[in-house]
Amino acid sequence: MRVMVLVKATADSEAGIMPSAELLEAMGRFNEELAKAGIMLAGEGLKPSSQGKRVAFDGPGRRVIDGPFAETRELVAGFWLWEVKDMAEAVEWVKRCPNPMPGPSEIEIRPLYEMTDFGEAMTPEVAELHDRVRERTAGR
Amino acid sequence: MDVAEEARRTVETVFRMERVRLIAGLARLVRDLSLAEELAQDALVAALSEWPRTGVPDNPGAWLMAAAKRRAIDGFRRGRMLARKHAEIRRDAEEGRDTSIEQAEAAMDDDLGDERLSLMFTACHPVLSPEARAALTLRLIGGLTTDEIARAFLSSEPAIAQRILRAKKALGRAGLSYEAPRGQERKERLASVLEVIYLIFNEGYSATAGEDLIRPALCAEARRLGRILAGLLPEEPEVFGLLALMEIQASRLAARMAPDGSPVPLTEQNRARWDQLLIRRGLAALERAEALGGANGPYALQAALAACHARARRAEETDWKRIAALYDRLRETMPSPVVDLNRAIAHSMAFGPEAGLRLLAEVEHMAALRDYAPVPAAKGDFLFRAGRPAEARRHFERAALLSRNARERAFLLKRAAACDA
Repeated sequence: MRVMVLVKATADSEAGIMPSAELLEAMGRFNEELAKAGIMLAGEGLKPSSQGKRVAFDGPGRRVIDGPFAETRELVAGFWLWEVKDMAEAVEWVKRCPNPMPGPSEIEIRPLYEMTDFGEAMTPEVAELHDRVRERTAGR
Repeated sequence: MDVAEEARRTVETVFRMERVRLIAGLARLVRDLSLAEELAQDALVAALSEWPRTGVPDNPGAWLMAAAKRRAIDGFRRGRMLARKHAEIRRDAEEGRDTSIEQAEAAMDDDLGDERLSLMFTACHPVLSPEARAALTLRLIGGLTTDEIARAFLSSEPAIAQRILRAKKALGRAGLSYEAPRGQERKERLASVLEVIYLIFNEGYSATAGEDLIRPALCAEARRLGRILAGLLPEEPEVFGLLALMEIQASRLAARMAPDGSPVPLTEQNRARWDQLLIRRGLAALERAEALGGANGPYALQAALAACHARARRAEETDWKRIAALYDRLRETMPSPVVDLNRAIAHSMAFGPEAGLRLLAEVEHMAALRDYAPVPAAKGDFLFRAGRPAEARRHFERAALLSRNARERAFLLKRAAACDA
C-alpha cells in the first residue's frame, strides 16, 4: 500500500528557520535507510505558508488568498510517499524518524486510495467516467 | 485491538523490518541458511516474550541480533562439547584454546558492507537455477511464506518447500562465505541477481484477472527488491536500468486489461490510467542509468524503449524513429529473433511498411520465428499498409491459425476480412 507521510508545520518551520546541520545529517541517514529498505517513492520539503497561496471556492466564485495561513498545526512542512506492507509498518518507520523540528512536532500518516478500495461501486461505467475526467485533467 | 494484541503486532512489525538484516548477519556467522532462519525465529520468540513488558528497545535490530547470537553460541557450546567427546575417543589432544566463539563474535562485528546485499547475492548465486533463486529470494528477502510462493508460481507448497530446501543445501555444499562479492566478480554475479528480480516481476506481470492476488503482488515485490538494490548499489547502471524498466511497465498495470480480463494492446490503452508517479520514477531511474554510462545496457535499452511509449500522451505522438534507433542498438547488445521482429515493426512505423518488409525478409525464415503468430501478423499489417490486401489477407489468416489466444485470433480474422473491403 502507498501512504503519504506528512510532516506538520511548527512556528519554527513557518518562520522559515532552516534545520541545523545535525538534523540535516540525521534526516539524511534516515532517508538512506528508507531507500535501502526499498519503501521510499518520493519526498520533498515545503517552504513556509507565507510563500503559498490558497484558492477558495464558492459555487462559481474563486477567491485567491495569500499566505501565511493561521492554524499552524494543520499546515504541512514536508511529505514523503512510501510503499509499505501495512499501516503498522508505516508507523514503525515514522517512529524511527528523527524529530524533524527543533521543538515538539507531529507526523501524520495517510493511506492513499487505491482502485480496489472502491469495490463494487467502481463499475466499468463509473471507471470509464473517472478515466474521462482524468483525461481532461491531463490536458487532453 | 486490546493492549496485548497491539504489543504483539508491534513486535511482529519491527521483526519484519529487521528480519532480512538479521538473517543475513546470522548466515555469515553460521554459514547455513536454514540455521540462520531458525535462530532468527528464536530471536522473534524472545522478543515476543520480552518487548511487551519492556517496550521496543532503542535499537531493535541489535537486540534481536544479540538474542540470536546467544542462541547460536549456546549451539556452538553444545557442538564443541560433542566435538570434545569425539576427540577424547580418538585420543586427539586438543592444542590451545578453542577460539570459535571469539572468531564468531569478530565475524559479526566486522563491517562487510550491507548485510542485505550479501543475502541477495547469496540467494541469487549462479550455482542455483533461476527458479530456485527466485523462490529463495522471495523467501529470504521478500519474507513470503512457502505457501505464498507456491501460489505465486502456480506450484504446490511441497514442491516449493523442496526447491527451497535443496537450494539451501546446495549453497551449504558450495562452501560460500555468504558475503557480497566485490570487483569483477560482483559485476558478473550482479547479472544473475537482476535476472531473478526481472523473472519475479514478469511472473507477476503475466498474471491475468481473477487469478490469486499474490501473483500481481509479485510486481510490487520485484520493484521493492529493485529499489533496495538501487539503494545499496547506487553506482551500478544496470540496477537503475532494470528499476526503470519495471517502474515504467508497472505504470501500465491498471490500463493493460479490459474489464473482461482480456489484454489491451499498448497503442489502444487508455493512457489516462497510466500511473504518472511510476513513469516519473522510471524516467528518473533511466536518466541515472544513462548518467552512469549504462545507456547501452540491455535493461537500460529496454527501459528506454518503454520510456518512448510512456512519454507519448497519445499513441499518435509515439516517437517511432527513436524506437527504431533503440532497437538497432538493442539488437547489438541482446541479439534475439524477437528483438529482430520488433525492430522490423518499429521501422515500419517510423519509415513505412516497405522498410518493415525489408527487415522482416532478413529474419522471417529463422527457426525460432517459424510458426510464431506475431510474424505473419506483422507481415500482414505491413502488406496491408503497402496496398497489397490480397497478400495481407493470406498472412492474417495464417497468423490466426497459429495464434493460441482466442481474442487475438478473432482480431486477426477481423483484419483478414477487412482486406476484402
